[in-house]
Amino acid sequence: MSTVLEVSDLSKSFGGIRAVNGVSFSLDEGEIVGLIGPNGAGKTTLVNLITGVHRVSSGRIVFQGEDVTRQRPFQAARRGLARTFQIVQPFPAMSVVENVGAGALFGGSATSKREAMALAREELAFVGLDALADAPAASLTLPNRKRLELAKSLAMRPKVLLLDEVNAGLNTAEIDNALALIRAIAARGVTIVIIEHLMKVVLSITSRILVLHHGELIAEGEPHAVVADEKVIEAYLGAKFAARYRAEAQNG
Amino acid sequence: MTVRRAFVFVLFAVWVALLATTPFSGDNYTVRIAIQIAMYSALALSWNMIGGFTGYPSFATAAFFGLGCYIGALSQIAGAPTVVAWIVATAGVALFAAALGLIILRLKGHYFAIGSIAIVEVLRLVISSWSGLTGGGDGLNVPFLRGGPEFVSQLVLGVMLLIMVIAFAVTVWVDRGRLGFGLKCINQNEDAADMVGIDVTRYKIAAFVLSAFLCGTVGAVYASWVGYIDPTDSFSIVFTVKVAVMTILGGAGTVLGPVVGAAVFVVLEEYFWANFLAWNRAILGAIIVFLIFFLPGGILRLDYRHLWSQAKARHGRIGMAGGE
Ligand SMILES: Nc1ncnc2c1ncn2[C@@H]1O[C@H](COP(=O)(O)OP(=O)(O)OP(=O)(O)O)[C@@H](O)[C@H]1O
Ligand SMILES: [Mg+2]
Repeated sequence: MSTVLEVSDLSKSFGGIRAVNGVSFSLDEGEIVGLIGPNGAGKTTLVNLITGVHRVSSGRIVFQGEDVTRQRPFQAARRGLARTFQIVQPFPAMSVVENVGAGALFGGSATSKREAMALAREELAFVGLDALADAPAASLTLPNRKRLELAKSLAMRPKVLLLDEVNAGLNTAEIDNALALIRAIAARGVTIVIIEHLMKVVLSITSRILVLHHGELIAEGEPHAVVADEKVIEAYLGAKFAARYRAEAQNG
Repeated sequence: MTVRRAFVFVLFAVWVALLATTPFSGDNYTVRIAIQIAMYSALALSWNMIGGFTGYPSFATAAFFGLGCYIGALSQIAGAPTVVAWIVATAGVALFAAALGLIILRLKGHYFAIGSIAIVEVLRLVISSWSGLTGGGDGLNVPFLRGGPEFVSQLVLGVMLLIMVIAFAVTVWVDRGRLGFGLKCINQNEDAADMVGIDVTRYKIAAFVLSAFLCGTVGAVYASWVGYIDPTDSFSIVFTVKVAVMTILGGAGTVLGPVVGAAVFVVLEEYFWANFLAWNRAILGAIIVFLIFFLPGGILRLDYRHLWSQAKARHGRIGMAGGE
């Protein structure tokens, strides 16, 4: 498999705080990677660095062989580096299909508004929002807003999709739906990084996990190995989780 | 949708034709009002680009207008033919707006509004102090347009109507296309717009230049019309507020709203001006307060269909389901 994104020795300081500190990793084409860590670990900041929202303090980001360290968000979007927000960011007064159409027109391949709207309807069908295509975005429920974010990102035809807590605030049934959707996105060949606090979700969907703590990458690897890592248990998962996890693993 | 669009065009065409025939049907006073309506329509349509579509509360209209007055007047004094002077003013103001936009569009919300007011004041001060070139506070005499007074006002009306039509055409083009779509995204959520692939800086500068260049033309034509300009009248904050209020009155961010707002405002102002001279400013204030509380979306954003169905319901009939 070929590397699609490579981050080396990436750091970001806000005043005195080192929000991201010397982080290096790479993503292979088509994999689903989990990014976990306690609140304030620097997960969102890392996504913001990769998508050009924040300026990098030091380090390098290479996307498909191109140095994109200094890119702006709109350039990231056009290149195929899309993301969703922890707090959803729709264009509230526009209809659902216009929201997604904006992604297709400006970040994707559509060359006209008409084509963008047609593509948008396809993506809405894909995420299961086609029935609400003409509703105002502000009228959607939270789970549907998250779907809208996904459809908007997908309309940009991303190579890499960074999902910042897409499941936060959803109930169990809604999470199951969201997971099915993420798997379907991965099946389209999109590389996915998923930031997620629910370990059940992370373990069920990822093939690799990155763990951030105080801005540093403290562990990286295959999910079950990472979950058993003492550093990760101490920093994030806690002894209780580790015990329960071991018990569950033994019971099959 | 297409029917509605055609309706907007027909309405606009009829309105322009109506204004154009005032020299044949009305007296000098009516023609003067028609000129003002055409002029303010062009200015309001321009303001709509940045204030309506993009949602940036600009007060820079007076800066562009005033600069247009002076560039036009000075070009004419330097010997340029009238039409050339108008074109020079248009281009000069467009360049000025592009350069200014690079700096001022980094500001948002109130800061942007204050920044744009400051631009008007700074330009006024510069023009007032640079008396060697601009005549300073004494103002500047502009070469008169040739011809009798009736011919001149017909000519000015024609030119102002032409500018108004251009402003409308630009508005329709922006509204339909990629640029307008991007601007509406920026209006609603600038960060999300950036994230969706919109080059926010370039789009905002484009909107700012589009909001400016015809103000330059209007200023230059106005200077030729009145024959005398001074810094206080050319760079006036009240003037700048008026244009914004007209647009909001009609419906900011709509295609026809600025035209409706300009017409309603000019007619109201003339009426009150004639009847309650001393109250003129107070009435501008009253309109602003009324707008904020009762008509935040403007005349064109009123939900007429809703009002209609309410009226029908009151008559005991059940409104039919279904939309367009
Ligand atoms: N724009 C900013 N300005 C200053 N400090 C910031 C900014 N963004 C993040 N930080 C700080 O950087 C650190 C990392 O924050 P970040 O939001 O990346 O954490 P996170 O891992 O996403 O946490 P959570 O799980 O709560 O979302 C925190 O200490 C935060 O206060
Ligand atoms: Mg976060």
